[in-house]
Amino acid sequence: MKNTLNLTRRNLYDLDDYSVEEIETIFETAKVMKEINKRDYKKIPTLRGKTVVTLFFEDSTRTRISFELAAKRLSADVVSFTSAGSSVKKGEGIQDTVYTLNAMGVDLYIVRHSCPGVPQLVYKYSGKPVLNAGDGRHAHPTQALLDMFSIWEKKGSLKGLKIAIVGDILHSRVVRSNLIGMKKMRANVVVCGPRTLMPPKIDEVYGAQCLYDLDTAIEDADVVMALRMQLERQTEGLFPGLSEFTSRYGLSKKVLKSAKDDVLIMHPGPMNRGVEILPEVADSDHSIIIEQVTNGVAIRMALLFLILGGKPGREVA
Amino acid sequence: MILLKNGQVYLSDKKKFEKADVLIDKKIVKKIAPNIEESKAEILDCTDKHIFPGFVDLHCHLRDPGYTYKEDIASGAVSAAKGGFTSICCMPNTNPVIDNVSTLNYLMRKARDVGKTKIFVIGAMSKGLEGKEIANIASLVKSGVVGLSDDGNCIQNAKLQLNVMRYGSIYDIPMICHSEDYSLSGDGQVNYGFISTKLGLPGIPTLAEEIMVSRDIMLADVTGTHVHIAHVSTKRTVELIRQAKKDGIRVTAEVTPHHLVLTEQACEGFDTTTKMKPPLRSEKDRKSLIEGLLDDTIDVIATDHAPHSDYEKELEFIKAPYGVIGFESAFPVVYTELVKKGIISLELLIDKMTARPAEIIKREVGMIKEGSSADINVFDLKESFIFDENEILSKSKNSPFLGRELTGRIFCTFCDGKVIWEKSNAVQKAPN
Repeated sequence: MKNTLNLTRRNLYDLDDYSVEEIETIFETAKVMKEINKRDYKKIPTLRGKTVVTLFFEDSTRTRISFELAAKRLSADVVSFTSAGSSVKKGEGIQDTVYTLNAMGVDLYIVRHSCPGVPQLVYKYSGKPVLNAGDGRHAHPTQALLDMFSIWEKKGSLKGLKIAIVGDILHSRVVRSNLIGMKKMRANVVVCGPRTLMPPKIDEVYGAQCLYDLDTAIEDADVVMALRMQLERQTEGLFPGLSEFTSRYGLSKKVLKSAKDDVLIMHPGPMNRGVEILPEVADSDHSIIIEQVTNGVAIRMALLFLILGGKPGREVA
Repeated sequence: MILLKNGQVYLSDKKKFEKADVLIDKKIVKKIAPNIEESKAEILDCTDKHIFPGFVDLHCHLRDPGYTYKEDIASGAVSAAKGGFTSICCMPNTNPVIDNVSTLNYLMRKARDVGKTKIFVIGAMSKGLEGKEIANIASLVKSGVVGLSDDGNCIQNAKLQLNVMRYGSIYDIPMICHSEDYSLSGDGQVNYGFISTKLGLPGIPTLAEEIMVSRDIMLADVTGTHVHIAHVSTKRTVELIRQAKKDGIRVTAEVTPHHLVLTEQACEGFDTTTKMKPPLRSEKDRKSLIEGLLDDTIDVIATDHAPHSDYEKELEFIKAPYGVIGFESAFPVVYTELVKKGIISLELLIDKMTARPAEIIKREVGMIKEGSSADINVFDLKESFIFDENEILSKSKNSPFLGRELTGRIFCTFCDGKVIWEKSNAVQKAPN
């Protein structure tokens, strides 16, 4: 492992300011963390005495629990903030919320918010490292890191792989972060979905290929990732209904025949079984959906470890 | 009497600069000639400086009455004076809305009391800016509004907009259209395209403007009304207006300094001072706006000065209100980015900020010639400065240009012959 990098006290807004080398360092560290998570005693003392706040202004189960477990396994003190039941309901804004928490002595913030750019605001008001746990449709870099790590573990590298991401591209922060990261790792990414759920200029912004036909998109793919389809898009007039969506873009066994034999099936969750992905695919041998969740904890441990003072390559336990 | 010595004077009749002295007597420009001697006059040494007609702003928000924590008549007038503006036209989206004579009278009285920059008022097209019923247009016009607009809002109902124009057409007053189709702009935050995709923010497509501009041009054609398109931001809007002018339709248009100088790239980093309506567009659009200025498709540069307090603006991007201030940066920004770089001439810039907007509101302002009212500003075009938040006189500081190095600094502003802003006692008393 390389020893030259320094991720200490870095923010993670999105992957665009992380180099390939840094991303690989995170992967290598996550590998070690994954081993720790398999132990009977799943804890190391590295972050003892550090205080981490999960600042969640938007609902989340897996991401928040994943972060909390990650911090606890590194022995940090974790405080969970959710806007429901907090002073935010009394009208307290971001600025004062952060000032208040900061005054109590916080070392790192993990932020989720429905509005893009809020992690930057939290850093502005706290001066403490911020990890973006999802800001609106903008970015979800730890999800992208765990997705890429999951592929990297199985395939050894992302270079040259054909990765198809299918579904509601427009509203997905997962896609945006993955597009940035996967391009850095030199994968060939294809995005596929109805035209009304495709953001404008996605090819220009991310250098990704954009296709509207599922069969073409997944032909010879090494990885196929389905995205959560939300029913409310129907009432927004963006597509006619779930059954038509499933018939055109749902991942079924039939469809997967055109992908590579060793194709990996992924989904960032939460899944709508029978909508964007059928159980026959979600539960097949190709699926690494559950392992993505396992890897999520390891990736977040790696990030907290590197950002809050651990040195890359240092023996962690 | 005040004698402006030795400056480069913009002569409104000739639309060009000549080196001359300008003698102001009471409220008017008495004489423009080389080497005027007048022992009784106070002297303003304008060597190496430029003397322009006071700027005329067709589009600003003074937030008075109702939102005076953002700006009021007095602070707005001082901010305008420091920007070199001697005539400004304020929009009616106040609280209460300027859709009635008593609110209008309040404003005009307060403006007179402040007595700095001349303040003209634009009245509402629809009652309460609600887009449902025609405002009391006839009374407003008789009481002195210089234009009508629902700015900030846009009448979505084509029939009502048509009737506003038909009803108002007999008064020969500009109908200032903030053209925006809400079904397309929705909850958009930034330009729809590259930047909305990159930042994951809802976008405002150029279509939202263009479809409404098309409608408003057609309504101008049908009713014979003078339609003025506010804050043009897209390439196709420029093309639509260009064609409308060729077709002889009575349409004029304005562009803001920020749309001329910035693009959607400025929104990266989620700085809410880059959030405005219409949004900052692409480089292709920006270039078209400049072409529009050059071939006179776009008649006017207007600030759309839209103050918001820091606690309103320093929020999550989606929660922050739209709009930026503009008086104090307008001239130096356009001068620095377009004139100094040789893209447009100084004469053109002055024309677009003085005579042209004055023509649209049909007021005798924005000119320097013998006998005209002495609305004058003096700029030092050699001086560069950092546009600093602490030096802004507006109550609000929401400018995307903070921290920028700009060239062209205000030296002195006269309105009706009276100094309304000066840089540290620029005007020297007469030696008796």
